[in-house]
Amino acid sequence: MEIIIYGVINSITLALISLGFTLVYSISRLPNFAHGALYITTGYITWLLVNKLEGFPFPFVIFISIAITCIIGASIYRFILIRIRGMEISEIIATYAIGLAILEGLRWGGLRGMTFTLPTFSSGTVNIFGTNIDHQRLIVVGIGICTFILLYLFTHFNKIGLALRGIAQDERAAMMLGIDSDTTAIISLAIGSGLAGLAAVVILPLGNIIVEAGYNVLIFAIAVCVIGGLGSWAGTILASFIIGFAQILTEVFLSSHYQMVVALLAIIVTLLIKPSGIFGKQKELEERV
Amino acid sequence: MEMMRKERIDRGIKVRTEGIYAISSYREILYLMGPRLLLIVGVLVLPLFLELVPYWKRVINIMFVYSLLALAFDFLANYVGLVCLGGAFFVGVGGYLSAVFNVYLHLPVYLSIPLATIFGAVFCTITVLPCMPLRGVYFAIVTLMYPLLATRVIEALNILGGTNGITGVDSFPHEYAEQYVIIIVMLLFLFGMRRFVNQDIGLVIRGVKDNDQAVRASGISVTYMKSLAVFIASFMCCFGGAYIAHLYMWAGLSLFALDFSIIPIASVVIGGGGTLVGAAIGSFILVPLSEFLRFFGTFRIVIYCAALTAFIVLKSEGLMVYLQRKYHQFERWVRV
Amino acid sequence: MNDDIIISVKEISKSFGGLKALMDVSFDVHAGEIYGIIGPNGSGKTTLINCITGFIKPNAGHVSFKGHNITNMPPHKIAHMGITRTFQIMRPYYSLPAYKNLIVPLWSPRARKAGGWRGGGKHGDRDTVAVDILEEIGFERDSRVPYKLASSLPTGYQKRLELARCIALRPEVIFCDEVFSGLSMSEIASMLPLIEKLKMDGITLIMVEHRLRELFRVADRVMALNFGEKIAEGNYSEVIEDKRVKEAYLGSEEV
Repeated sequence: MEIIIYGVINSITLALISLGFTLVYSISRLPNFAHGALYITTGYITWLLVNKLEGFPFPFVIFISIAITCIIGASIYRFILIRIRGMEISEIIATYAIGLAILEGLRWGGLRGMTFTLPTFSSGTVNIFGTNIDHQRLIVVGIGICTFILLYLFTHFNKIGLALRGIAQDERAAMMLGIDSDTTAIISLAIGSGLAGLAAVVILPLGNIIVEAGYNVLIFAIAVCVIGGLGSWAGTILASFIIGFAQILTEVFLSSHYQMVVALLAIIVTLLIKPSGIFGKQKELEERV
Repeated sequence: MEMMRKERIDRGIKVRTEGIYAISSYREILYLMGPRLLLIVGVLVLPLFLELVPYWKRVINIMFVYSLLALAFDFLANYVGLVCLGGAFFVGVGGYLSAVFNVYLHLPVYLSIPLATIFGAVFCTITVLPCMPLRGVYFAIVTLMYPLLATRVIEALNILGGTNGITGVDSFPHEYAEQYVIIIVMLLFLFGMRRFVNQDIGLVIRGVKDNDQAVRASGISVTYMKSLAVFIASFMCCFGGAYIAHLYMWAGLSLFALDFSIIPIASVVIGGGGTLVGAAIGSFILVPLSEFLRFFGTFRIVIYCAALTAFIVLKSEGLMVYLQRKYHQFERWVRV
Repeated sequence: MNDDIIISVKEISKSFGGLKALMDVSFDVHAGEIYGIIGPNGSGKTTLINCITGFIKPNAGHVSFKGHNITNMPPHKIAHMGITRTFQIMRPYYSLPAYKNLIVPLWSPRARKAGGWRGGGKHGDRDTVAVDILEEIGFERDSRVPYKLASSLPTGYQKRLELARCIALRPEVIFCDEVFSGLSMSEIASMLPLIEKLKMDGITLIMVEHRLRELFRVADRVMALNFGEKIAEGNYSEVIEDKRVKEAYLGSEEV
């Protein structure tokens, strides 16, 4: 029973982390390798604000730091990526370099050691089905589910959200209808970064803020998206559950060293069997030229 | 109002050196051979100069290793279309294999390095094989994972020395051997690869980048061609790794470090992608620079990345292409 | 024209998600004939070629070549057996001169086994062989056309380069995917003798075409597709007069 509960928690955590990455890729075809960096950046900014500016209400601080991350994400597009749009290799290298620069810059700037923590929203534990679970983890699950629902509603009923979906499905057609691809890219990168920030604010309190987590987040996000199929939301959620449970099971039966190995192996296995992922739509149509 | 525009024209001497007239006078021969001779001679003579500044000997050795790695990356990315973000994997494989041959199997240096290179290249090609059918983005993503996976596996299973690595690796018999081995190998590969990509088989491999469907329709297995390319690239990188293991007399997890993946990429972007020579030139600039930047600690990675991004965005043709253009052509303003 | 059936296609079906691109298409092609495939846009002609030549896996059906089952074989193996194709959207190897574009097919195992084009042509001679092939198909050697960059050639030449790419493989069958599209009347007029010559050399040609009048001049038999289904087959005049074909193109009962 414990396994199931922790499995669910882990899976939703993974899904929350990966959501930003999937969003940006499915809408703008941009693999945002700076995703992990943005995650840690939000964590760091929140820490700075909490510890250096006393007296601000916590929700306000969170809001500000997520907003700052959104702006950073949008600026990355607006000032850098917009010039290399369309050249996939350059996009990957550039976002990777930016992510690396941010992470290593933070490390150099002082983010070392185990002393950086974020306050949890609420401490204390709850007993569900005989297992003790921290409040924070439940909050993660709650926020995760709310975010999915909100995103679903946003992209299906809100004008901007529908525009984003339009671009995701067929860029040219959407452009013909007056939806500007660069503006949507800025918006999607802003939302994607914001999601990374949201995930950070909610998940980081469970541990410390360390630079390695940035790399790990990037790897997990990629794993989830590749396995679920780049461009598919249902796939992302399904893949998070698969990896989430696989990790918990390995942790229980083998050792926690293997968590990362599981994710990485899963990527390779998926690529061997079905490269476009579980629900990926892209491969078939590639062949048509 | 007069409109001016820039016009680029080939230099007279360039036109004269196309075709048979290239050997008509010393001036023309010098024009063509000059830069190449400069490179070869300069590089061969370098170790003698380094006697004056012994600290830099090791740095220069590493620089040549990086130029090999950059060469491999340039070849794979710009001639085959495979962007390999995890070059460190090949380096680590070469390094560990060489250490294993040397320490566990007691083979001497001049055997362990070649064997590590060959077996390493085979191993790398086989492990990268599942990724061959993938499109550019996927390939890049997955190759990024390989060195990370390798480190975790070694750590987790605590094999091959675990986090401590394999110590007690022999060093080179003589300092000059240490320096000239890498220089000569680097030069061989630099000019060799240049030749290779213009041979028929090289053209086929380049065809895979331009239009892999057409290559398939011509009855050639694209997967085979890609494997061949990966074999060649990993051959170079495994040699580099094996060399480093003997240089530091130690093979450890740091062989899979980010540096070995990032610096070659930065070298290629800055030096000029697609020119092969540019990759080498880029590393000649970056590695000594990174030595100066050692003072900054991990901040130097920030600097590489910033420079990398700047180059990609602003001057994506790189230095070498720019220099070549300047060498072969001149610009002037003309009235429209 | 002999009665050997060189390519036999049985009940090929292919769907992309909900879109049924091909439904139970069957036809046979005799060796040495020119077989046309016509149909309005979106009728599945290119998908059909892709399925037969191995670039797409059909959901159902068989393809056999001289009696061997080639369904689901990878495209390079099919090309190796002697079936080549042109691409509707041409992408020659841009940065290379025209004749170097042929190095790729000349390097392939099939061309190497066949010993090059009409004798000669091993390793270093590929360049010469390439230029020879280009000359045969109409690239004037003297005006240095074969040496120009492939990207700088006009469309007519690029189309011929596509065909040359196929010819260099010494194929038995060539699938021509809209080779006449984008060409002017005079360019087509100069392509037709090339087509005739290929037929005389014994190569079977399967031509997907939109330009019906030109196809009429060369095709022995023709098949018409509409919405993924075969709606008519026979010699050109029979098919053209067929009611369903007329409806497919013109869309009305009365003509």
